[in-house]
Amino acid sequence: MTVIEAPRPPERVIFQRPELLTDVSSHYCPGCGHGIIHRLIAELLEELDLGARTIAVAPVGCSVFAYEYLAIDWVEAPHGRAPAVATGIRRVRPDAFVLTYQGDGDLAAIGTAEIVHAAARGEPISGIFVNNGIYGMTGGQMAPTTLLGQRTTSSPTGRESGLAGFPIQITEMLALLPGVAYAARGSVADPSHIGKTKAMIKRAFGAQLNGEGFALVEVLSNCPVGWNMTAPESMAHLATVSETYPLGVLVDRARGVVPSVTPAGEHRGKEA
Amino acid sequence: MTAAAPASRNGSTPTTAKRDPRKRALMKGNEAIAEAAIQAGCDAYFGYPITPQAELLEWMARRMPELGRVFVQAESELGAINMALGAAATGARVLVSSSSPGISLMAEAMSYMAGSETPVVLVNVMRGGPGLGSIGPSQSDYFQAVKGHGHGDYKVPVLAPASISEAVELVATSFELAERYRTPVFILADGTMGQAMEPVDLSFRTPERNVFDWALTGADGRPPRVVRSLHLQPEALEEHNRALQAKFAEIARREVRWDGEQLDDAEIVVVAYGTAARVARTVVSRAREEGLKVGLFRPISLWPFPEDALRELSARVHGILVVELSAGQMVEDVRLAVEGRCPVGFHGRTGGMIPTPDEVLAALRTLAANGGHE
Repeated sequence: MTVIEAPRPPERVIFQRPELLTDVSSHYCPGCGHGIIHRLIAELLEELDLGARTIAVAPVGCSVFAYEYLAIDWVEAPHGRAPAVATGIRRVRPDAFVLTYQGDGDLAAIGTAEIVHAAARGEPISGIFVNNGIYGMTGGQMAPTTLLGQRTTSSPTGRESGLAGFPIQITEMLALLPGVAYAARGSVADPSHIGKTKAMIKRAFGAQLNGEGFALVEVLSNCPVGWNMTAPESMAHLATVSETYPLGVLVDRARGVVPSVTPAGEHRGKEA
Repeated sequence: MTAAAPASRNGSTPTTAKRDPRKRALMKGNEAIAEAAIQAGCDAYFGYPITPQAELLEWMARRMPELGRVFVQAESELGAINMALGAAATGARVLVSSSSPGISLMAEAMSYMAGSETPVVLVNVMRGGPGLGSIGPSQSDYFQAVKGHGHGDYKVPVLAPASISEAVELVATSFELAERYRTPVFILADGTMGQAMEPVDLSFRTPERNVFDWALTGADGRPPRVVRSLHLQPEALEEHNRALQAKFAEIARREVRWDGEQLDDAEIVVVAYGTAARVARTVVSRAREEGLKVGLFRPISLWPFPEDALRELSARVHGILVVELSAGQMVEDVRLAVEGRCPVGFHGRTGGMIPTPDEVLAALRTLAANGGHE
């Protein structure tokens, strides 16, 4: 009897680790969003064939070890100074692809001068700004981005505006600057949002490649440990976070999207 | 002088360029330092306006773009020094300048650059402090430059010119040291060095270009590189610190620079650097006219400090007078080197004041009359 085997379909890879993402265990807490964002960057650098000419700037904070996970050239910046460090690289290496990766304590607190002026100069740099509303690495203290009422180890009864001011929507502020070619806010809440965030980062990379100017993508991310939540709870909570930090493209000058309002005040989130 | 040379009495480097009297120009210190950096192959300059170094920034603002090189006026000294860090991490030859309050702001990045071994040349045109102080010349940042600016165990070479021509030469030397040892290097000038005008030999020197196996150029066909100061594991950080300390020991062994005048028969020695050494030179000549056997010992490298030469000298003189534009900072290093072998006196002025030859001479006469004691 002759056995005829059905022809096997050719193997097709439907999922694999991007080559630029190193094959090591990360130090991030279980459920942390940094890993997702690292992966998006690795995927895009590969898709756009940028890995070999990328020089990235690592921040201080949870993502300080980003250089362990993305197999590209890195320099580590002092806390908050990544946009200035990136400016130096960009100016002497016009052929490089320059990337910064900063958290909200780094970018929106100690590094406000550096981010504002890199943006104002229109440095062709692509900035990834991971906003999880907290100082994760130092143990969950209040950040300028912490929501009103949010309990942290340095706002134990909840952030109160009379004492600690209001959450800072720095991406809206930056979007007003003529040097900013592209600014958007995405989220890692679920696969749909992750896909949209990837498209935003791709556009931010494109802005640099086209010499359009400074580009920034704020990514709302979670911190289950700092938020005192389970990982799924923290992902669901991102919907609440996006009431204060509305998602979407804030400016994309090449495509005619320009901010029509003054920087977001306390009502911005409620109206959106 | 080459790196292999032993502790040198004269820190000037022989230049292959011949001296041509027609190729001399009257230049302001700040501008001469800027042009020396340009001629030394400086790829990028980052700065922020502050008196009394503003002309250095202005010179760069005009010259660098016309040469197709990088000039950025940063948002702050923090911005400037971190731009320098980024540019230098790619292997570029980078100059930064400021004056005292601005240098304080740069202290953070100095520590990062020392830790991550990033070569940058930094000029401090010192002014009076503390705080906003004054805009007059001062040497009150000696401790800051020599003993440490930022946090952590580290040293950086500190070179102090006493003339504008010497400043020009030390700019080239500083780039060489920075790249040879992968370290930030300080040029410690003061308001007088920055603002005064002197004839300058236009025989600038261009250090050879180096290829660095650590520079960030994009991981194209090679493993990724990381320029960083973070070593979270205590064992790893201690190992890194051991390597840094070995480097500092090598610099201390090989890069001592000083100059001496009329030391052979000297009974009293004036120790001074920078502008104070210029006053001291006048004082030595006037003291000699009075029959006092006085010589001048002038440290050029403040770190590494010329302690061996000074120790030797202290064994055969009656006394030492340290003159500074400060309340007394380098005098501590002189006393450490002398270790009580002879009395060490001090004369200093602060706040932008410069010691006059008369007052230094009076201090010298007292020292001579008291067998070296003040």
